[in-house]
Parts: sequence; structure tokens; C-alpha cells
Amino acid sequence: MAKAGDKSGGSGKKGLKRKAATEEAQEAAVGEDGTTESGVQPPKTAAFPPGFSISEIKNKQRRHLMFTRWKQQQRKEKSAAKKKLKKEREALGDKAPPKPVPKTIDNQRVYDETIVDPNDEEVAYDEATDEFASYFNRQTSPKILITTSDRPHGRTVRLCEQLSTVIPNSHVYYRRGLALKKIIPQCISRDFTDLIVINEDRKIPNGLILSHLPSGPTAHFKMSSVRLRKEIKRRGKDPTEHIPEIILNNFTTRLGHSIGCMFASLFPHNPQFIGRQVATFHNQRDYIFFRFHRYIFKSEKKVGIQELGPRFTLKLRSLQKGTFDSKYGEYEWVHKPREMDTSRRKFHL
Amino acid sequence: MAAAAARWNHVWVGTDTGILKGVNLQRKQAANFTASGQPRREEAVSALCWGADGETQILVGCADGTVKHFSTEEGRFQGQRQCPGGEGTFRGLAQVDGTLITCVDSGILRVWPDQDKEASSDPLLELRVGPGVCRMRQDPARPHIVATGGKENALKVWDLQGSEEPLFRAKNVRNDWLDLRVPIWDQDIQFLPESQKLVTCTGYHQVRVYDPASPQRRPVLEATYGEYPLTAMTLTPEGNSVIVGNTHGQLAEIDLRQGRLLGCLKGLAGSVRGLQCHPSKPLLASCGLDRILRIHRIRNPRGLEHKVYLKSQLNCLLLSGRDNWEDEPQEPQEPSKVPSEDTETDELWASLEAAAKRKLPDWEQTQGALQARRRKKKRPGSTSS
Repeated sequence: MAKAGDKSGGSGKKGLKRKAATEEAQEAAVGEDGTTESGVQPPKTAAFPPGFSISEIKNKQRRHLMFTRWKQQQRKEKSAAKKKLKKEREALGDKAPPKPVPKTIDNQRVYDETIVDPNDEEVAYDEATDEFASYFNRQTSPKILITTSDRPHGRTVRLCEQLSTVIPNSHVYYRRGLALKKIIPQCISRDFTDLIVINEDRKIPNGLILSHLPSGPTAHFKMSSVRLRKEIKRRGKDPTEHIPEIILNNFTTRLGHSIGCMFASLFPHNPQFIGRQVATFHNQRDYIFFRFHRYIFKSEKKVGIQELGPRFTLKLRSLQKGTFDSKYGEYEWVHKPREMDTSRRKFHL
Repeated sequence: MAAAAARWNHVWVGTDTGILKGVNLQRKQAANFTASGQPRREEAVSALCWGADGETQILVGCADGTVKHFSTEEGRFQGQRQCPGGEGTFRGLAQVDGTLITCVDSGILRVWPDQDKEASSDPLLELRVGPGVCRMRQDPARPHIVATGGKENALKVWDLQGSEEPLFRAKNVRNDWLDLRVPIWDQDIQFLPESQKLVTCTGYHQVRVYDPASPQRRPVLEATYGEYPLTAMTLTPEGNSVIVGNTHGQLAEIDLRQGRLLGCLKGLAGSVRGLQCHPSKPLLASCGLDRILRIHRIRNPRGLEHKVYLKSQLNCLLLSGRDNWEDEPQEPQEPSKVPSEDTETDELWASLEAAAKRKLPDWEQTQGALQARRRKKKRPGSTSS
């Protein structure tokens, strides 16, 4: 009967609704031994039969109305509670209890037993004598070979060139259809310590294979969000030849330590602070963000940074023991989405 | 204290850093045992097998060519012997009547005499099995029969009391549909009980059954699983199926009567290095490069029972075959034997967390060998010692 229309019509409908609700309440009250007065009560305290929920109303418009009313009521209650809390805090002043920390996925992270304890001797021995021992004992200095998958397009080629300016002592070579298993013995004989292969698909780089050379592990990453230098806004001038500092953030588990060591072994040990350049590998929720910045101390406490260099995001797919051999190699860790990605609060790196 | 409880450990695992770990699943504890007190990569454990009588002794084959004796009763290494000859790590270790059988990567299989009885350290018997051996396995029913296989090294069954020629030499399957020779890479071998048959799993993701009793030298049954090399295999208690693991951490149960896949087990993230089923219970222990020991239940229902993080890459394991999974109580006997040390042990126990339920006498002589175990704080429910 009530026609959909202007505001008055709408409020009229609401009025009708309220009346209808109260009438229902009346009937219900009459039927149920009257928990409320008849008709005089505002609809908020209307006594619906217990177990009644808004979702049982079959009429979509009425149901929507009831829901919006309920939502407004909830919002009012919530803001009233907030105001009350704020008043109490101001009243207490210094003695107020500290604000509760909001829950985030990072601080709700499931306890991982593989998180490395710095005092653990067995893990310390394992890390001190693994394949990176010769780098960390300063017996070898890094020499990197950067290449791509076969027939790279412009973006990938430019990314390789920019990466070679970021990583000192690195050389870019065209792939020209050579098999990696044949390239690797040649690299070893020419004293290369690491091999980076940037995989390309549909003209954009989407994967990275990082292989530590004499016998070391091979990590396969998915690469996303690649931004070349000219796509970065407000960037500084091109990086210089100075050796950058490295920042490795948040690599806490045993697997994270291995990957962190792999990244660290790409760069020489002695950063040249004159260059004020820093490469950051920041791990958050199993995604590794690579950034390259130049910093300057404007005063004792204020630092300015400019982003140089390419920027990309990596996600580990597998870590294989030994040099690149995807078919017959033994894997230390393989990412299995259906088994490992079931919980939003569980991370592996 | 865990030294004396070493006999109740359910699983013994050998690692890449030379540590032998004993895991007690009932009490959720893992203990480290090293021969020299410090982990050493040169002593990486590559083979484990039970010693002479029952499950009281473990023979540990290390990467530097030594075989160490470990006593589970006392919880310490008792001695070692050098087993030189041939290059490469141990691929198989077995013992029969007190003599020790070793096989190395380069194919030299040697039988060593009992160290106590004879002073000489020359091998009693030496066989050349062929290069590139991946596994040597002893038949549990007939201890003097061993089988070897490897990369481009076909399966051979040897009788150590018999002649120098193998009893059974397997033949490669026919050329494939492109008329190319099918390569051979036997990664693990098992003897099927109550028959002469053998099962092998290969690096080319095949599972093959051979029958020496039949006139056919080619495999009787062949099944494939997955696309990655199968690295470990074990027989299930009923004997009709095998469980295999590959380099991607996938575990599968394959029926040997029909050659089909019965089901998979989830959980491993790294290459499977060791697998063993319990002889009567439906439990499977698996260890691998992801540094975690897992115990799965293989039927009703199939799933993970225990998971233990063990900090080093695990190479091989031994599952205790005893039926009684609980620790056996010993309180009434022990305190009466050593009354004088009780006051010391009382203080010791009072200062430690209440983990073990029973009092044990102080084993001074074992403390030296157990320097590698550190007194770390145990978190409730955690599984490290």
C-alpha cells in the first residue's frame, strides 16, 4: 500500500513500519503474557519473540530498514562507549591504563618453533659451517653473474643493467639459449660466487633464481612489482660505484636465516660509508621487499632518504640444496600452497 | 638424566652435523649425543643400523669412514672403528653374527671382523659392487644376503657366504617407446618378507618389484609416482604396500599387488632422507632436509601424530620396533641400590623442571660424553631438550 517515493513517503513507511512493529509487539505481547506495554513503547524496546532475527523477515525492503536501524543503533552505542572511555582517560590523566595494542596479523603470528634463538649453539654451528662459511670467513669475495631467460625484452634487460649498478662486482651476460647446467661449471672455473637469473614472461620479469656457486643452495623466487629507475617518483641521481650497506630485516626463522645469508653474500663485506648508499631486503609476511636508497643526515636526528635504483618484491618458492638442478636436485624447502597457506597468521621466513 | 632414559627413546636420528639425536615421543624430549662432545661436520652421520643384540646398540656410520658404537642403555658412544677403503660416504651398514658389513659410494663392500675378538683390522671379505652405489640393504630374514643398487648400477643380490658372483643380477627394462635405453638409478631397496622378492625405488620416479625366484630378471611390477626422484622407501606392517618419499617432500603409499597409489601423506617441506614404519603399529617416521622429524599415522585415520624440530639437517633414522611405547617404571629397584647419592640427586631434581616422573641414580661417567647437550630451558610442550 505504501508507495515507494519521497522522503515523507519513506518516513511514512518507517512510521508505518514502527506501527506495524509495535502492533506485532502488541500481538506478541498479548500472546505471550505481555512483557511490554501495548503500543506506547518506542520500537527499540519492542519485544519480539525470542529467537527472532532480522534475517527471518522475508520482505527485502522491510528487512533492509530493520537492518539499517539496527546498524545506526550499534554505531550510536559504539561512539557513546568511545566517548565515555575517552572522558575517563582524560579524567584519570597520568594514571590512565595504557592503551591496548590493536591486533594485527603480524603480531598474531603463529608461534614458529624454527625461529632461531641467538644462544643456540647447534644452530650457530650449523650456520657457521654451511655453504656460506667461506664468504663469512672472508676467504672469498663475491663475483656475480647476472643473466636472464632466453630472448629477454627491454624491461628485463634494463632491470639487469640497473641491478648490476646496484650490486658491486657483477657482470651481465646475454643468455643466448645456453643451458644453466652448462653455464654453472664455467662460472665456477672463472671464480664466480653467485649466479642470478631473471626469468621473464610476457615481456615483464617475474622470477629470480639465485644460485650460490661452488656448491651452494639455489633459491627460486617469484618477482613482482618491478619498478625501473625512471618509474620511481622523486628519485635521486644514479647510484655511484661505492659499495652499499646492507639491511636485512625480519629474517627470523632458520629458513629466513639461510635466505638472509644468500642475500648478504651478494655484497662485499666492507661498505663504503662515503657513498651513503644502502640496499634493504625487508621481509614482511613472507614477502621480501628490495629497495635501494641514498641517505643523508641533515642534522643529528633528522635523516633524508632518496630512493635510487630498481625496486621489486620477492616471494620464495623453493630452496634447493646444491646448484641449479630443478629436476633431480634435493629441495630443502618447497612452498606448497595447499598445505602451507591454510592459516593467515603462519609465515615461514 | 636423559642419558639413562636413552633406552626409552623411540626414534634415533642422524644429522649432517655429526649429532645423533634420540627422541622420546611420550615425554616429548629430544637429546643430542656426540662422540667428541662438539658437533663436527666431518662426522656427518650417513648410515644407522641396530647393533648386535636386540635394540641396545646402534652402529653409526660417519662421513670420515668411521663406524661408531652407541649404547642406548648407557646413552653414550662406546667405541669406534676405522673402516677405510673406497671413496665416498657409507651407503649401507649392517651387522651379522658380530661382523660388520659396510658399503661405500664407490662400490667397495667389506665385511669386518668382530673388533673384540680379533686384533687385526683387515676385512674378512671384500666385494666390488660397481661404482655409484646408492643403497646397500641386508635381508632381515637371511642376514648374510645383501642387495646393492645405485646410479647406473643395477640391482644385485649378494650372498656373503657364497661365491664372488651375485646371486641375482637384475636386467634393465626394455627400451622405451622411442627405442632409447631407460636409465637406471636405484635409490632404495627393500626385501619383502616371506618371499624372495625385492622392491626398489628409483630416481626416475619408478617403483619396481623384482623376483629372483622367477626366471625373469626384469622387474615383475613397475609403478610410477610423481615427477621427482624417489629418495626413500619403507614397507608397511602388512607387507602389501610401500611408502615412498621424493625430493619434494611428497610421501605416497603404493600398493604392490596392483601397482596403484593408495594415498599420500602431507606435511614435509623438504627432501625425504629417511623413512621407517613401525613393525606392528601403523606409525611412520620420516625425516628430511627441512630439519623436522615427523611421525604420521598411516591408517584410520591417515594424518600427522608428532612433529619435532631438530635444528640440523637429518640424514637417516631408526625407529624402535618395540611394542611398549611407554617408559617402563623402575622406581622400586634403583633407589635401594644407591642410597648415598640420593641427597645430591634430590637437590638436583628440585632445581630442575619437573619433566621426568622418576628418580634415577646419577650417572657420572656419562656426563663427559654429553657435553654437547646444553641445559636449555624447556618450554612447556616443546620438544627440544
